[in-house]
Amino acid sequence: MAEFTLAVKTEELSRVYRVRRREARGGPREVVALDRVNLEVKRGELFGLLGPNGAGKTTLIKILTTLLTPTGGRAWVAGVDVVANPWEVRRHINMVSGGESSGYGLLTVEENLWMFAQFYGIDSKTARRRIRELLEVVGLADRARTKIYHLSTGMRQKMNFVRGFLTDPEILFLDEPTLGLDVQTARTLRRFIKDWLREHPDRTIVLTTHYMHEAEELCDRVAIIDRGRILACDTPQGLKRRLQREAVFRLRVASLPNPNAILRGVRGVRRVAHAERDGHVELQLVLDDEHALMPVLAAVQRANGRLLSLEKREPTLEDVFLRLVGRPLGDGHPQAQNQAQAQDPGGPR
Amino acid sequence: MALLPRATAQESWRSFKTAAWLGWQIESNWTAPFLFAVYSIVKPVAGALILVFMYVVVAQGGLDHPLFPQIFVGNAFYIYVGGVLMGVSWAVIDDREHYGMLKYLYAAPLDIYAYLLGRGVAKAIVSTIAVAVTLLFGALALGLKVSPARVDWAFLLVAWALGLLGLAFLGVLLGGVTLITARHNYYIGEAVAGALYLLCGAVFPLDVLPKGLQLVGQALPLTYWLEALRRALLGRGAGALLAGLSDAQLLLILAGSTLALALLSTAVYRRAERLAKARGLLDMQTMY
Repeated sequence: MAEFTLAVKTEELSRVYRVRRREARGGPREVVALDRVNLEVKRGELFGLLGPNGAGKTTLIKILTTLLTPTGGRAWVAGVDVVANPWEVRRHINMVSGGESSGYGLLTVEENLWMFAQFYGIDSKTARRRIRELLEVVGLADRARTKIYHLSTGMRQKMNFVRGFLTDPEILFLDEPTLGLDVQTARTLRRFIKDWLREHPDRTIVLTTHYMHEAEELCDRVAIIDRGRILACDTPQGLKRRLQREAVFRLRVASLPNPNAILRGVRGVRRVAHAERDGHVELQLVLDDEHALMPVLAAVQRANGRLLSLEKREPTLEDVFLRLVGRPLGDGHPQAQNQAQAQDPGGPR
Repeated sequence: MALLPRATAQESWRSFKTAAWLGWQIESNWTAPFLFAVYSIVKPVAGALILVFMYVVVAQGGLDHPLFPQIFVGNAFYIYVGGVLMGVSWAVIDDREHYGMLKYLYAAPLDIYAYLLGRGVAKAIVSTIAVAVTLLFGALALGLKVSPARVDWAFLLVAWALGLLGLAFLGVLLGGVTLITARHNYYIGEAVAGALYLLCGAVFPLDVLPKGLQLVGQALPLTYWLEALRRALLGRGAGALLAGLSDAQLLLILAGSTLALALLSTAVYRRAERLAKARGLLDMQTMY
């Protein structure tokens, strides 16, 4: 049994999906969703899993919430083995998945939530009080008596968010909780998450996201995950310190065909990501140090690129991700929305 | 006693009663109460009229023929098969693919077996209304002779309860199959209900079937259930094949088969659940 000080612990946790021959259509017959993941989440922590779509975040959450069996390794939640004793694990947890509009459409918001409180053994009086309070917080109080088929997707998502907190779980798994929500609503939910943990310091939240700013704003520690592997795990500050000796620049260039080819081999360039934006090219550069900037500018000039602006930035988690993974985070991020591409230009280290 | 390991009796009970509440909301809330009442009367009456039409016009049988009450009562109680058996198993598809809630149910400390049985309660209530309406229609409009004074109420109640339980367990078993297959499993349920309709003697005595099918029919608990209900309501069963069995023997067979179904459905569902977790099917949405 894992130590009780840990809310979550995994040892060499792996999950391989087997693809049927007729569905593989000549492609790979196995997909590695998690590859020997070792994690420790302390009690009272807000722990983030940051990675692009398909990185393995949801697979990990599914295993930890007892919905999926791992194909290798072990995992404990609240000190309980998720495979050997899933029933006991469920008494300690709750989960919310974002970006979906689940719920019993014929029930009202209040009824949906009350029903789940019943499954968790919360008495009706307490449940109704908590429902009122939580709906107030997320701005859904006036919809308590509305059948949920009348609600927008965002409102349903808020309701599901409330469902997660309603049972006051020891460990709460939030899988992309703000996915698809408008800016204001997402901000409200993030504020609520922070407040809830401040008021309940003995509770733990494991949150997956592919929004850098969300991870940076909320999480005590962040694990960066890509292709089923944990690439780094530290506090956001700790992760950013890894780039302390490196220099991060943002360049806007009027036009620059094939930036990767142009910057390939330029001395001191560690990572490059570029995106088309409003008719110009935006380059994100992670350089060995500031001295590497001049050769970069020279290379841009040789390619007839007209420099519009140049900005030296403090490293962000986006830069850490780019440095570790070699590409930007993916959809949901502005660069991705602008057909971002990135590569390791193969320059000297 | 908890129905599955690790669930306490309290957890099983609250899973059952909350699921029953949910099932009733889903069954009764889809329209206005008046329309729901009309639907609850019109549907079974229409079903009974179809049977009567086939019997009188197509088969040219008479309503005063001794076989007619047997057919009518068997058909009336068969409403439970569609309702309870399909209702319980359909809850898995409904929760997983329609409402998208099965994964949240599975992440909650609820006894899923008790939950599925609870979801069947509303179906059983709606089916009971339909059966009562059908029998009432038969008595008032078609001259079905069911005298309350001559009904063996104790026998009827015990047989009815055992049969319903058996159907619910069969529904859980089908629910297990549903868990590891896709949405089109609905048709498997329909096929099972159709096959049972033919083989358990719902609309004709088992005696008229070929020998091989008679043996299959005799292996089905439903056959004994319908026989017991006919005897309790009408004073005698259908056909000669089961006539040799006493009422007590019928109840014993029903009790034994219900217990066997309870054990079998638990084993099948748990196996299916393990497979579904291994294959990642608990939150599958096929969009079929």
